[in-house]
Amino acid sequence: MNSQTFAKITMRVYLALFLAYMLLPLAIMGGAGLNNTRFPSVYPWVGITDRWFVDLWNDQRMWGAVRNTTWVALAVVAISVPIGTAAAILLNSVKPKVRSFLYGFMVAPILTPGAVIGISTLLFWNSFGVSAGLYLSVLGQVSFVAAYVMLLVLARLQSFDPGLEEAALDLGASHGQVIRRILVPHLYPAIGAGAIIAFFQSVENFNVTLFTRGNSDTLTVYVGSKIRSGITPTINALALLLIIVTVVCAIIYEVLRRRAEKRAAALVAVEE
Amino acid sequence: MQELIRRYGISLSVIMAAMTAFWLLALVVIPNLVLFKFSFRLYLPVDQLGGPNDVYTLKNYATFFSSPIHINVFFLTILYSSLVTIICLAVTYPLAYILAKVLKPTDTATFFLVLLIPLWVSEILRSFAWFIILSMQGPLNAILTGIGLIDKPIRWISGFQSVVIGLVYAYILFMLFPIYNAIQALDTNQIEASQDLGASTWRTHWRVIIPHAKPGIASGCVMVFMLCAGSVVVPTTLASTNSRWFTEIIQQWMFEGLDWNVGSAYAFLLLALCILFVSLVMRVLNVRLVDIAK
Repeated sequence: MNSQTFAKITMRVYLALFLAYMLLPLAIMGGAGLNNTRFPSVYPWVGITDRWFVDLWNDQRMWGAVRNTTWVALAVVAISVPIGTAAAILLNSVKPKVRSFLYGFMVAPILTPGAVIGISTLLFWNSFGVSAGLYLSVLGQVSFVAAYVMLLVLARLQSFDPGLEEAALDLGASHGQVIRRILVPHLYPAIGAGAIIAFFQSVENFNVTLFTRGNSDTLTVYVGSKIRSGITPTINALALLLIIVTVVCAIIYEVLRRRAEKRAAALVAVEE
Repeated sequence: MQELIRRYGISLSVIMAAMTAFWLLALVVIPNLVLFKFSFRLYLPVDQLGGPNDVYTLKNYATFFSSPIHINVFFLTILYSSLVTIICLAVTYPLAYILAKVLKPTDTATFFLVLLIPLWVSEILRSFAWFIILSMQGPLNAILTGIGLIDKPIRWISGFQSVVIGLVYAYILFMLFPIYNAIQALDTNQIEASQDLGASTWRTHWRVIIPHAKPGIASGCVMVFMLCAGSVVVPTTLASTNSRWFTEIIQQWMFEGLDWNVGSAYAFLLLALCILFVSLVMRVLNVRLVDIAK
């Protein structure tokens, strides 16, 4: 065996090991949701059961948490997407000095620990007499989620030709039309990606929510308190469901991507 | 600003500026200033507010500096967060290189697609997965005793080892993605030129690829360190009594001590630590904030 094939094999093994390392823990956790033991584990394997799913289905607190999580996530999308988009457009049309100054403040929330964001949000709104609750969780999450949206839209704006706006204005379009018909359609992919990321960031969030939620549950807080208060495999059942949803989303995403690729290739072929 | 008004008109410009201002002022800057102010005030009963005791003081910070336990926890948090950052960097750099420059692009796309699954599963479930694996009766001990590597089950969840294992697993992808992006942007011709001119593999990496990957490395290190030092979920799931994390002490002040003023002083210390780390990385690797946030 020469050294090149050896290097190739080593690389393949390394990649395979890393994938196994990333996926096996999730498989073990999900699998424990099917095992008929009191403490969540895959070893010893006692037998497949659906009792943990039945328990989960009957848990009213879990359903409340699902509802709260959904509302919070939708609110975060609804607020952070317009803010992030507006901030990116604004950033793109100010002087370089102002731009780097504002940019620093805009990315700062991404580099701030969630606990700090949560506590500062809580203290700030408390000084206006607003007590802790899920609406504070929304505001706390928006402060850093908007930054992600801003970065995505800003990247997309780099490929935008401002000449199109000039042309539209010269031809008598109103300012509203320039935004609606020229700018926003170009930004659609970034806005869509931003909305998806905002939604998932919100659903996943634990740190900011923990300090701002008051007495309300979100799904992550629910899981957290279950882990602390006594573990039953119902959490694993929930985890398995969430993983399945993720896998389905990933497959849909891939199918759409491949289809778009094919279409693009066909278009090139036609043009030639 | 004039450019903005010329393109989008007064009213739309004002709306966009107002939204940006609301975000930066009401959600980012002023809350942090309030946190800072709070950390210099005392926690007082309502009837003493505005009274002679309601003054600015350094007492909350003195609470930290006079508690050897808290100082110890603070430095252990820094130490182990740095360790996790280094482990993540060491594991993902070769990985990012293989994915960006060796593997076929379609294979790389499939690889990343599979990685979306652990990325989208929330960090609390990711650390819970390790809680199951590492537990006394868990699969890891079963395998190790099964193949005869150890006689008795090991108590994995003790000390900082389980926390480090959990943190690496939870945040390693935040190191992989930025480094991959940086290496991917490097022109492969440069690597080939270096090899053609007789540079060894090590030299090519040291003089060509790593300098190009620097912004990605900086971004990954900053994200992983910040996420580790500020992690609440992983330590609560995987730490034991002899391994406390700084965020757990902040939680104690906020929820059990109900002293939000000391809590905000501790939170500010955490924030200061992260700011310090970001500026350190920017200085050492000589990159700008724009490169990090990419």
